[in-house]
Amino acid sequence: MSDARSDIFARIREALKVKAPKPHLKTDANPGKTSEVAKPWLPDGGETADASLAILSEQLAKLKAVLIRVPDQAAAVKAVAELASSKNWKKVAYHGHDLLRPVASGLSCETWEADATFDKQRLEGCDAGITTCESIVAQLGAILVSSATSGGRALSVLPHVHVVVAEASQVVPDLGSALALAKARHGDQMPSMLSFITGPSRTGDIERILVLGAHGPKELYLVLVG
Amino acid sequence: MSDSKAIFLKDAAVNAADGDQRAFIRKALGGYYTNRDLQKARYRDWERARDAASLAKWSAVNDLANVLEKFTANFERNGGVVHWARDAAEARAIILKIAEDAKAKAIVKSKCMTSEEIHLNDALEKAGYGVVESDLGEFIQQLRGEAPYHFVFPCMHVKREAISELFTKHLGTAPTDSPEELTMIARRHLRQLYVDADIGITGANFLVAETGQISITENEGNARLTAALPRIHIALSGIEKVVNKLDDLSVLLPMLATAGAGQPMTCYNTLYSGPRKKGECDGPEEFHIVLLDNARTRLLADPEQRDALHCIRCGACLNVCPIFKNIGGLAYGTTYQGPIGSVITPHLRGLKQWNHLSGASSLCGACTDACPVRIDLHHHLLHNRRNAAKESPTLFDRVFHHGFNFVIKRPWLFATGGRIFRATLPLLQKLPLPYMGAGMKTRDLPKAPSQSFRDQWKHQNV
Repeated sequence: MSDARSDIFARIREALKVKAPKPHLKTDANPGKTSEVAKPWLPDGGETADASLAILSEQLAKLKAVLIRVPDQAAAVKAVAELASSKNWKKVAYHGHDLLRPVASGLSCETWEADATFDKQRLEGCDAGITTCESIVAQLGAILVSSATSGGRALSVLPHVHVVVAEASQVVPDLGSALALAKARHGDQMPSMLSFITGPSRTGDIERILVLGAHGPKELYLVLVG
Repeated sequence: MSDSKAIFLKDAAVNAADGDQRAFIRKALGGYYTNRDLQKARYRDWERARDAASLAKWSAVNDLANVLEKFTANFERNGGVVHWARDAAEARAIILKIAEDAKAKAIVKSKCMTSEEIHLNDALEKAGYGVVESDLGEFIQQLRGEAPYHFVFPCMHVKREAISELFTKHLGTAPTDSPEELTMIARRHLRQLYVDADIGITGANFLVAETGQISITENEGNARLTAALPRIHIALSGIEKVVNKLDDLSVLLPMLATAGAGQPMTCYNTLYSGPRKKGECDGPEEFHIVLLDNARTRLLADPEQRDALHCIRCGACLNVCPIFKNIGGLAYGTTYQGPIGSVITPHLRGLKQWNHLSGASSLCGACTDACPVRIDLHHHLLHNRRNAAKESPTLFDRVFHHGFNFVIKRPWLFATGGRIFRATLPLLQKLPLPYMGAGMKTRDLPKAPSQSFRDQWKHQNV
């Protein structure tokens, strides 16, 4: 008996002997690159940095994510500290990153560099997780985190609140740009997880009524520096 | 009549007569229509974006052998293990073996319709594993002991009071009529289960050949947790989920969210390549993918309907289908409900037993218009009807078609037949006509014209 793999491949090759007509595409763009072809048809991500920031801000508001814009690093530290005390966080986990260590030091509650000594049970007991990100997609209000830049896989999803601290220069216009940037940065050594986070976790499973915080964070804050 | 057809006709009749339930479903879908239209309006050209999405899937499906080879090579290079399953039984055996080798006890699952297709939960439970569905809708359906009603909104037919009762019965929680509180009950209940589970099972929305990554689309964060905390991650996917380039997702992910749920993107769209990498603090030690054929190659072999394999399972065709809205998702008796289910189920499970679904359509074409990857859904229902009549014609098909053939070739017989029919029509209108089917219960026969069309044509002297 032949193995399943060769059987399936034989079936596929046999099936594809008869061709199916190709869908018609009215465009002059390079047909090899989907994002380039579809760019003028997809939602706008802004042509300039300012336009992108304006779209991002509108998208995040619609998603019920909170955008906090600050001029510099010191102001970011202050903004997160204020958030922590107003929300009464007791335990905060953060990703060990130069941008985040001063933020953690600025908090008066218990803080823990989660990726230095990872413990899933301890992470489950944290009120908030603070991470950096790879990039931010203005077009969709999506924040791209990865296991490399956000303290692994669970830190950005297990705690009840997720805070992302990022530079304004990390905002890209659209999804195609974010994917291209990730590929350029990591090549064939992609982090084991790349995740686009578009607003706080949500569900509509009960009577199609929107509820935030299904399994992931109920609140999402983006602190944008610069 | 096949068993599945008898059950379908009975359930469809009962559900279509349940006005309350139909109103409930229409109301539940109301918000979806509004949000979908708002999001679609942000596209500068939705119709042409559909062309691009369609082409991205066409390119992969029509070069499936090469694209799958590339995907699996890259998946393995990333440290994952690839398994192949010709059918449901093989897929179940592979997953049971992985669980056995791992000496697993507890398994947490995120939403995966392919696992419904192969009845995975039954097999795992029979083998003694504890299996918990973590998607809220699937969790509710698992407690109810019922199949999903809609492959994107699994419990959209269940009222909050029933969910509250269900939670009180199984989880011992206090009754509540707040969807938010009900969601929080499930959240609290499931959190520790992610931490304790040995194996996390997910589906896959896209398999990216270029990078060997799998892409998972969700809103709740349960798939994120399922792929983060357990020691082993198993993804189960049909072989048709593959795309060529990472860049293809720049169109497919937003369109999936907009068509399926009226969102710009769903909350989490996650790409996984391999198990935990060196230097990463968490994530599974093993990452397996089970690639399932289960008659998908049979559909692939039909070039006319091959585009049904482009389906990205957004559920848009269900949400607009007048049949789905009236008979509900459970009446179909299939893993995939609605128009796409009616198109592919006869290919996956046999045309003879499932051809009745080809009639579960008003042929209005709303499904075809809604499909983000331009699957020609309502024409495929017609293609299935034609194929069924060719493959195994019923007695009625044979008698009627031969009779029609005989008459239409003899104009004098046709004209005489017409005259007799016109003359006897007033009589027929007075007769009860049960053999004419359900349609006659609510409709009257039209009045007979005084002349045949051919006579009218002749007298006009055109």
